[in-house]
Amino acid sequence: MRVQAQIDISAPREVVWEWITDPAKQLHFLSGVTRWEVSGDLKRGCGARYRMLMRVGSAEIGGLVEVVEFDEPGDMAWTSVTGLDQRGRWRLREVSPERTHVEFRLSYGVAGSGLFGWVSERVAAPTVTGHLRRSLQQLKRSVEHDQLRRAATARREARQPA
Amino acid sequence: MSETSAAASGSLNGHSTNGRVHDHEPAQERAAGGGPSLPGRIARAITGAVQSRIPVADLDERDPDYIRETLPRLWLAASLYFRGEVRGLGNIPEDGPVLLVGNHSGGNLTPDTHVFTLAFSAYFGVERRFHQLAHNLVLSMPGLGILRKYGTVAASPDNARKALESGAALLVYPGGDYEVHRPVWERNKVDFDGRKGFIRMALEHDVPLVPVVAIGGQETSLFLSRGETLSKLLALDKLFRLKVLPISLAIPWGLNVGDMMGHWPLPAKITIEVLPPIHLREEFGADPDLDEVYEHVLRVMQETLDALAAERRLPVIG
Repeated sequence: MRVQAQIDISAPREVVWEWITDPAKQLHFLSGVTRWEVSGDLKRGCGARYRMLMRVGSAEIGGLVEVVEFDEPGDMAWTSVTGLDQRGRWRLREVSPERTHVEFRLSYGVAGSGLFGWVSERVAAPTVTGHLRRSLQQLKRSVEHDQLRRAATARREARQPA
Repeated sequence: MSETSAAASGSLNGHSTNGRVHDHEPAQERAAGGGPSLPGRIARAITGAVQSRIPVADLDERDPDYIRETLPRLWLAASLYFRGEVRGLGNIPEDGPVLLVGNHSGGNLTPDTHVFTLAFSAYFGVERRFHQLAHNLVLSMPGLGILRKYGTVAASPDNARKALESGAALLVYPGGDYEVHRPVWERNKVDFDGRKGFIRMALEHDVPLVPVVAIGGQETSLFLSRGETLSKLLALDKLFRLKVLPISLAIPWGLNVGDMMGHWPLPAKITIEVLPPIHLREEFGADPDLDEVYEHVLRVMQETLDALAAERRLPVIG
C-alpha cells in the first residue's frame, strides 16, 4: 500500500534538505513517529541506518531502515531491513529559489500476510496518510519559522553599528 | 492463557524426551482411587489424553516468519475490536533476558496477551526472542498448537530456565488460572494467590523483572465464580492442575461452565502499561526476602491498575 502527501514550503531546497536529512530533527516534525535513532556510525547519507517506529492503531510499527538513495538536495529514499516492509521517500523540487515543493511517500505492508495483510494495510491507510500530512505541516512550520528567525537575526545584525 | 503456577509451586511439567508426562501418575492413581473402577479408568484416560497432547517444550518451535506474517490479523483484532493501547514498552531492556510479569485477565481467551504480543513483536521486531508460559491445558487444546509458533511453552521451571538462558524475554502470569477466572467485581484487582515462583525465577537467573499491568480483559465476559469448590469435588486440581472450574455468562453459551470451548469476547478496551524494570538484588540486597519483594511487586502493579481503572469511565467501552 502506498500513501503520499505533498506541500510547498517557503524556503530554499537546501534548507529543507538539511531538515529532512538530520536525524536529530526527525522527532521534531514527524507525526506519529515515536522513535528515530541512528543505528551504526553513519549519521546520514547512503547506507545510514535508523531504528524507527510509528504509532498506528494499537501498535508502534516500524523497524530498522537503511537509506538506499541520497541525491543531495533532491531525493532521499530508505527501505526496511527488519520489521514491517516499507519504503519511504522524500522528494524535493525547486519551485523558485525561495520555494520548495516537498513530497513524502511511504509504501508499507507485510509480505505473505494474505487477505488480513491486504485489509490491515487499507484500514491503516487513513492513519498513515494523516501522519504524513501532519508531518509535512509541521516541517513547513518548523522550516519557515526557522527562516524567519534567521532573517530577523540578520536584520538585527545589519542595524547594529560596526 | 499463560501462567506460572507450575513454576510457582515447583511442580515440573514432567516433560520427558518422548513428550510424555510421568510425574502426575501418583496423583492420577489417588484421584482414581487406586483401583480399576470405571470412574477411575475414565479419569485416567482423560488425564492421559490431555497429557499426551502436551508438547515437549522446544523453544525452536517459535517461528519469527509466522509471527511476522500474522501480525496484520493480530493488529486488526487489537486495534479495531479491543482498541488496544500499550504504554511504556521503552521500559523493557533493549536486549538480554528479562522476566515480564503480568496480571492475567479474560478467561481462557486472554485478549490482553494477544494485544501485548502484537505490541512487543512490533516494537522490538519478531527477531527478538519472546516466550510465554502457558497452562498445560491451553497447549493441549485442539487448534491452539499455533501458540507454539508464537513462542508459547508449557509452564514449568525447566522451560522458564531454557527460555531465560537463551536470552529471551519471558512473559509469565503468576496468578494463572486462579487470577484469570476471578469474578468480574474483582476485575481491577491483581491477585497472584500468594505465588512467588516468579521471584525465585528472576533471582536464580539474575534477570530484571518488568511488571506488565493490563486492564479490560476481565470485562470481555461476565465472570461469576472461579468454581474452586466444584473443581475440588471433581478432583480437577489433582488431574489437570486446575484449581478452578470457572462459571460465567458468555456469548454464545449463556451459562458457561469451565470455559473449555472458549467464548466470544465482548469488545472491551484493553489498556496495558509496562512499568520500569525492577533489579531485585540492586533494590533488595544480595539475598532478597521473597515476601518483601512479592509485596512490593504486587503493590506497584495494584497502584498502576488502580490508576488505569480511574481512567475508565464505563465498563467495556473504556
